[in-house]
Amino acid sequence: MDRNPLRRQLQIMRKSFFDQGYLDEQFVQLEELQDEANPNFVEEVVTLYYRDSARLILSIEQALERKPFDFNKLDAHMHQFKGSSSSIGAKKVKAESTQFREYCKSRNREGCTRCFQQLKKEYATLRKKLEAYFQLARQAGPMETACRPK
Amino acid sequence: MATATSSSAAWKAVDSVPDQFPAGLRVLVVDDDPTCLIILEKMLRNCSYEVTKCNRAETALSILRENKNGFDIVISDVHMPDMDGFKLLEHIGLEMDLPVIMMSADDGKHVVMKGVIHGACDYLIKPVRIEALKNIWQHVIRKRKNGSKDLEQSGSVEEGDQQQKQSEEADYSSSANEGNWKSSKRRKDDEDETEDRDDTSTLKKPRVVWSIELHQQFVAAVNQLGIDKAVPKKILELMNVPGLTRENVASHLQKYRLYLRRLSGVSPHLNNSFMNPQEETFGPLSSVNGLGLQALAAGGQLPAQCLATLQAAALGHSTAKSSIPLPLVDQRNIFSFENPKLRFGEGQQQLMNNNKHINLLHAIPTTMEPKQLTTSTSIGNINMQVASHGVKSGQNNSELINMQVASHGVQSSQSNSALMQMGQPQFAHAPRLPLSVGQPIISNGIASNVSTQNGIRANIRAPGNNPVSQTSSMLNYPMNHASELPGNCFPLGSTPGMSGRTSKGTFQEDFNSEYRGSVGFMPSYDIFDDLNQHKPQNWELQNVGVAFDDTRHSNSLQGNLDLSQSVLVQQGFTSGQMNRQNRSGIVVSKAMFSAGDSTEPGNPLNVNQHLNSLPIDNTIRVKTESVADVNPDNLFIDHFGQADLMSALLKQQQGIAPAENEFDYDGYSLDDIPVKTTTHHSPVLVMIIAFYNVHNLLCNQSLGPLSSCFFKKLDMTSFKIIICCRFST
Repeated sequence: MDRNPLRRQLQIMRKSFFDQGYLDEQFVQLEELQDEANPNFVEEVVTLYYRDSARLILSIEQALERKPFDFNKLDAHMHQFKGSSSSIGAKKVKAESTQFREYCKSRNREGCTRCFQQLKKEYATLRKKLEAYFQLARQAGPMETACRPK
Repeated sequence: MATATSSSAAWKAVDSVPDQFPAGLRVLVVDDDPTCLIILEKMLRNCSYEVTKCNRAETALSILRENKNGFDIVISDVHMPDMDGFKLLEHIGLEMDLPVIMMSADDGKHVVMKGVIHGACDYLIKPVRIEALKNIWQHVIRKRKNGSKDLEQSGSVEEGDQQQKQSEEADYSSSANEGNWKSSKRRKDDEDETEDRDDTSTLKKPRVVWSIELHQQFVAAVNQLGIDKAVPKKILELMNVPGLTRENVASHLQKYRLYLRRLSGVSPHLNNSFMNPQEETFGPLSSVNGLGLQALAAGGQLPAQCLATLQAAALGHSTAKSSIPLPLVDQRNIFSFENPKLRFGEGQQQLMNNNKHINLLHAIPTTMEPKQLTTSTSIGNINMQVASHGVKSGQNNSELINMQVASHGVQSSQSNSALMQMGQPQFAHAPRLPLSVGQPIISNGIASNVSTQNGIRANIRAPGNNPVSQTSSMLNYPMNHASELPGNCFPLGSTPGMSGRTSKGTFQEDFNSEYRGSVGFMPSYDIFDDLNQHKPQNWELQNVGVAFDDTRHSNSLQGNLDLSQSVLVQQGFTSGQMNRQNRSGIVVSKAMFSAGDSTEPGNPLNVNQHLNSLPIDNTIRVKTESVADVNPDNLFIDHFGQADLMSALLKQQQGIAPAENEFDYDGYSLDDIPVKTTTHHSPVLVMIIAFYNVHNLLCNQSLGPLSSCFFKKLDMTSFKIIICCRFST
């Protein structure tokens, strides 16, 4: 463990993400891409993700307000969203996306609506966590190579 | 050679950094998701590749077009807003012939299958890991290797045939293998090597290799004219390429149209314009049946099979019912019925490899019942379509066979059927000639037909091997289960005539040797033609499958079959015996014949021409006149037997394992069909099998081993031999 308390804190925080299932192995892949040429690669990608996925979330929300539901469209949006989320390793968000698609397939309106609310919660939670994480990382100074989860 | 140029261009990147390869690999990555795009870009950069990213498919295409040799590999997402990833895949394959890797968060089997079918060289599931990207260079090497191998083959071939084959493949591969021209060429070459080109020698045309540049010129010309108004003549003028003939353009246009059709969502209806070289529209051929067949033919490999199946189905139907408008439907039955394995991918693959002949056979048996026929036809078509799409397997053989069948069928079933029929009995061992078998039998004038068939076969092969295989497998199955499905395969309920599946061993060999090069399948074509008068297009080489369909659902089948049957089978069978179902059998046999011929390099163009001229095959008909007239129904049955024989023969020729001597005759019991349904049965075999099945009814006469019967009959009467094929019921 790093002796730097901030770093240590960072590492603990990071580990909790994995332990609690917020992030998966794909996040590590992103971390590995980070190097001297791209020292903030992970943060950049996550920022990009939240910016881009925001419009998808909005589209889905609008589609859910329409009656009747266009399940195919919802599924298509969610498929896209799922792809993005999985790229950054957002595990819980991805799981909710999968569940949402299942509800779409079975044409379950109630299920879709409920699931989407849950998804938005997870999405927001992860965002907050990652924002705090990156902020801490900037404070802690240039990070050493991230230690592998477990 | 144009291809050489593109290959060398492809090697350019490597040459420039020979030691560093795969570093410096030029990758184009296309994805509408910015997050994924940036991650991929970084990953690829980390692999030391040169990356260009774009978020729109159209942009990607224009980048590729502007920079013809600027990239080594393309990675594309499946779901994109402006263009479907598979469409992009096909475009790239057709125009640039670059390896394309598909990506998606979707890991469903059907999507992955779609990728394979459309020609993707790999499929990655998102999220993509860097490890997966580290090895993508292998696809570049592989493609280059295959490309140069093709070139090598084409270059080293002394015979014009080989060259022809290659061009054929090039021609056909565009539709068959999305972008995998070279591979298809290569496959075709392999398969064609063993074929005799005797028959097609006169029809050979100088091969044209559709290089990327040439194709782009072609596409430009087509776009300039407008796809609807693009006729080969005008395209030729616009392209202004010395040495390019209208026929080259015509066949290429057909493939291109097929490809476009596929892009716009496989249109089930291939025009029925059966191969009219003049028409040059493979597209039109795609009537339901045609499409499948074409696709298969193009792609390689199934055409024969599908056609056969369709034919078989058609045959079955025709006998049973007059309406066989759903060739596809029958196919479905056939395919599903016979052998789930035969379903497109698998069947085709196998069939293709095995035999063209067998494929045909496969197709046929399934259509035993009239109803089945319809479904089977549809399935056949479907299969065919599928086949075309992506059946890249080198089922050249099957293709050819199928093609031939189809082509012949359209033209004039009579002669073909005769051939086919003949071949059938032998299919057990026939190394590939079910057609050949037919030929001797038909002796009269079949020779002429035969040649056509051969020609056709060759053509067919290239593109749609896959389809053929499918058919064959399908057919084979029925055959194998002759006993099991006495009635299933062929609706023929009471086919008295068709002799059981003649023991293939003897016959086939005899036949094969004779017909080796002969197109043997001619009869099949004829059959199809007759059967499907309205679908001449289907008969295009590639539409072998179509042929089946047509035959199936057309009452005319009877007529067609009559022809063929008369030639082959009739002899032995009493008119009364043959029932409609026999007809389907006949069709099948036809298909089978074609399948058998698939091995022949044939000149696709020739084939087309042949096809057109098929309807003239009278020789075969002549012989059977007496017989044919007697009972159309009987004829069918006979055909089936023949088909079975053919398939058996084909199978044998092709070396399909199961086919060998599987057919024993116990008289006409279809059950005895020795042809085991194997997925890799040659189309012919399949047909034969189909026939057998169909002819459960028919075969009541135990003619003894097919081969013996065959020969015996031959001696006795040209047509009787055919009957030898026993269709075990």
